[in-house]
Amino acid sequence: MTLCLPKLPTTSLTKPCGSSDAMTVRLNGIEFLPCLSGALYVPEYDTLLIADLHLEKGSSRAHLGQLLPPYDTRAGLLALQAAMAKWMPATVMLLGDSFHDEAGPDRMTAADRMLLERLASTADFIWLSGNHDGCLPDALPGSRSVETALGGITLRHEPACGASNEVAGHLHPVAAIRRRGRRLRTKCFVVSPARIILPAFGAYTGGLDVRHEAFRPLLSGEAFRVIMVGKTALHALPGRAVL
Amino acid sequence: MDTGVSHNASAHTGLPEHFAAWFASRGWQPRPHQLEMLETVSGGQSALLVAPTGGGKTLAGFLSSLVDLAQGAAGRGLHTLYVSPLKALAVDITRNLEAPIREMGLNIRVEARTGDTPVHKRQRQKSNPPDILITTPEQVSLLITQEGAEHYFANLNVVILDELHSMAPTKRGCLLALALARLHRFSPGLKRIGLSATVASPDTLRAWLMPQGELGVEHMAAFVNAPGGAEPDIAIMRCNEEVRMPWSGHSSAYALPDIYEAVKSAGMALVFTNTRSQAERIFHELWTLNEDALPIALHHGSLDVSQRRKVEAAMAAGTLRAVVCTSTLDLGIDWGDVDLVINVGAPKGSSRILQRIGRANHRFEEPSRALLVPSNRFEVLECEAARVAAYEGAQDGEGPAELKRDVLAQHIMGSAVAAPFDPDELYAEITSAWPYRNLTRQDFDQAVDFVSTGGYALKSYERFARLKQTPDGQMRLTHPRLAQSYRMNAGTIVEAEMLKVKLAGKRRSSAGKPLNKWGGKVLGEVEEWFIEQLRIGDTFLFAGQILRLEAVEELNALVSRADASEPMIPSYQGGKFPLSTYLAGRVRVMLAQPETWKHLPDQVRDWLKVQQWKSILPLPHQMLVETFPRADKHYLMCYPFDGRLAHQTLGMLLTRRLERAGMQPLGFVCNDYALSVWCVRDVSQAIETGRLSLAHLFDEDMLGDDLDAWLAESMLMKRTFRTCAIIAGLIERRWPGQEKSGRQMTVSADLIYDVLRSHQPDHWLLKAAWDDAASGLIDAKRLAMMLARIKGNVIHKPLEQVSPLAVPVMLEIGREPVYGDAHDALLAEAADDLVDEAMRLV
Repeated sequence: MTLCLPKLPTTSLTKPCGSSDAMTVRLNGIEFLPCLSGALYVPEYDTLLIADLHLEKGSSRAHLGQLLPPYDTRAGLLALQAAMAKWMPATVMLLGDSFHDEAGPDRMTAADRMLLERLASTADFIWLSGNHDGCLPDALPGSRSVETALGGITLRHEPACGASNEVAGHLHPVAAIRRRGRRLRTKCFVVSPARIILPAFGAYTGGLDVRHEAFRPLLSGEAFRVIMVGKTALHALPGRAVL
Repeated sequence: MDTGVSHNASAHTGLPEHFAAWFASRGWQPRPHQLEMLETVSGGQSALLVAPTGGGKTLAGFLSSLVDLAQGAAGRGLHTLYVSPLKALAVDITRNLEAPIREMGLNIRVEARTGDTPVHKRQRQKSNPPDILITTPEQVSLLITQEGAEHYFANLNVVILDELHSMAPTKRGCLLALALARLHRFSPGLKRIGLSATVASPDTLRAWLMPQGELGVEHMAAFVNAPGGAEPDIAIMRCNEEVRMPWSGHSSAYALPDIYEAVKSAGMALVFTNTRSQAERIFHELWTLNEDALPIALHHGSLDVSQRRKVEAAMAAGTLRAVVCTSTLDLGIDWGDVDLVINVGAPKGSSRILQRIGRANHRFEEPSRALLVPSNRFEVLECEAARVAAYEGAQDGEGPAELKRDVLAQHIMGSAVAAPFDPDELYAEITSAWPYRNLTRQDFDQAVDFVSTGGYALKSYERFARLKQTPDGQMRLTHPRLAQSYRMNAGTIVEAEMLKVKLAGKRRSSAGKPLNKWGGKVLGEVEEWFIEQLRIGDTFLFAGQILRLEAVEELNALVSRADASEPMIPSYQGGKFPLSTYLAGRVRVMLAQPETWKHLPDQVRDWLKVQQWKSILPLPHQMLVETFPRADKHYLMCYPFDGRLAHQTLGMLLTRRLERAGMQPLGFVCNDYALSVWCVRDVSQAIETGRLSLAHLFDEDMLGDDLDAWLAESMLMKRTFRTCAIIAGLIERRWPGQEKSGRQMTVSADLIYDVLRSHQPDHWLLKAAWDDAASGLIDAKRLAMMLARIKGNVIHKPLEQVSPLAVPVMLEIGREPVYGDAHDALLAEAADDLVDEAMRLV
């Protein structure tokens, strides 16, 4: 289902910066809608993109005696359900690290598995593999892939140095501003001329500050923006405002 | 030496002849409380000794053990366990004990065991125990979980708990009390000795020391009270009347020349401050004034250990003239001949200031000399209240901590690490410890369930349970790995995430990164939040130097020495200690009694007189509320004098209520004395027309739903939860084989809190955190007392403009962070600023 679209050199936002609960980002001519949930909706393909769910992270070290509250999978799936309810997408594409480890699906409770199956019955689920979940069991509803494309956009888990027109996850970006003696740190989307990086979606996922050197080769020399995910609105800021 | 006298002494007191001779050879006489302790403990009783600093407390504690060991009890396994809150104190005591043992030619082995003791030495201490072991509470908790602990401690005769007044109010005290209950089981005849500075309620500590039995019957240790030394000589710093007394702030900059003069006039001065940043600043400023090049040093808990040891050694050697320090020097280490204590900033509590003053002059009979330096007008009142309280010897320290659930969970895990346990027996043992005497069986069972499977309603961890019940009803550890992990994580001191401050080279590689990636010299450690609020290139004071932040890499903050003469210092983070209820009460009384103002500086007296004329000075039981307009906003000021933490909570709750009343509150600030809320609507008018009722606004029912709703989102609650989760073992800081990368392995406590609260709000650990916060960071207990006190006693004064009493808090606006639920508002503001910048035409 590739469409031929004229190549546009840069991404653009409708406003240079500002706050809103509906915001549009363009990459290679395709329109993307970042959501408060941390998901990214692609209207043209009726596809919802989700990165780094890390399901069953809470239970991943239980066998070693670390008994974290086992509710993160439920929390993550309920958030996914809410994000899907907003757009009713035909396709849900999970950009890797959907499970914290490959044994994760086996540790799901029956109730959580049923919830996942119910969600997957209303949309096509495509699971891209990530570094945490390179090989997921076939029993999971939906199909599997390593990377895939939407029009002229490549979707993969880990952003590739030197690539362009890609949408990825993996890095769990967060950004911070300092204001009136307070420091506010939120998850964020990173939008550069070459790519969009999604924030991590999972309930127990930590974040990596966009100032971290892991972002440097991906953003080097390019002006980028962050879209910070507030509680009630998204806030677009130029990268220099959070450095 | 008159041997006849010492014979007499020994006949009356049980002090053996060679002990009496030793005292005499030093030109000393045993003090009455030392002999009373010897008699009490040798007679088989436990005892609490309350003595001021310098009263020969340590020797009084050890005397009965030394006598017993000298009379043939030595060499039969561990006889005396001495527990001190500080590692440094443990080392110090070992040294001090060795002198009399050597000089009397006694065959007694004393050894210290701390976290720094090498493994081979610990092994030896285990196989061949010394007569006296000097250690810390954490080590005791580890020792009782060791294999063979019951044999190791079987002959334990005495346990000495030093600085009990400082340990009992904390979670460490709870852990220690539980360990004490265990030691009692190993050695039922064990005698307990508590050594304490003067406290408000010695009877509570006497009970704390003893095993508690059936409800309502309190067993108490004997009480030995040493007389106080000479009355202290306390003065409040008086500056030249031309110097303006600051209205607000905590810098004390106005007083620095006088502080310097005071240091110059003393032999050796300790300059106490309330926070690290204040210590850094005072140290920096003193050195800019230091024309005489006096040796002045800096000492606080964030400095690198080797740096601190150097300062301590120099103090002991008498080569310093002054040390600027924080509470790290509060405890009873004898560093040398201090003859002046200068306390910069508010004293905050009477007991606190008495202990600090006690650092001056360890020679008991001479008066301690102290100088209190208030940093603003309200602190003048507080200093005056503290000065009078100190003369009266009035005490207001906290009582012992009780029923800390996170510590309970850790102890239950530790019990299983030691050996399989019978729940009934363990419950009986735990409830014999004073802090847990009221623990219900249901609460205990929930704790065991938490330790075993996490205590979740969703029973998903049954197969990963850490404890399992054996057929005979014992709870047994399921894997030896858990024991290893317990030993690595035990303890109750939870630090904020710390970053190492390292000097980096200034050279840069072509990529722009500092070349010296791993940095050079470590200057010390600093809390992560502190570094987080800095930008690369910001300068700050640390370790007495102005540093420039170069980069943050993993757990290191790389810095360089800055050329700047003016460091950027982050906003003052408030004192760590809120104003004590007791001192607050005295300040309220002082305000209401103009005849007591004669000791106050003229400027402060004038300030209060103008307040009396323009507004009202409330009576001690009243709370004054002032309302006035200012620059298109309407202010509501109230003066509860109940400490910053309680005021902060009050502010959060008041703004919610004002919001509902349609007043459109915009924010609030508070200090230890007062609270200011500003609104869009006219508050004076709303009160006068009866639309807003002050009685309703300050009603006690605000502690119900409003408090719950606010707490749910509160950062303070999250911080409290993190501490509980770490102590209770839900989050482990250290992993076997993974000591360094703990951060990558763990899930942030904030995320766990959010998920747990929305999916199981009645979870046992959330309850534990809520109880902690109520008496800790949100101080709801004190707020409840305050609301009860002012019920029916709120007086309102509408004003045309700001009152004199309001000025100090009003000046904090813009300097202190503004509270309120402004998450998205702040983000939007940041974005809008940039819109403005983008749209600007010139």
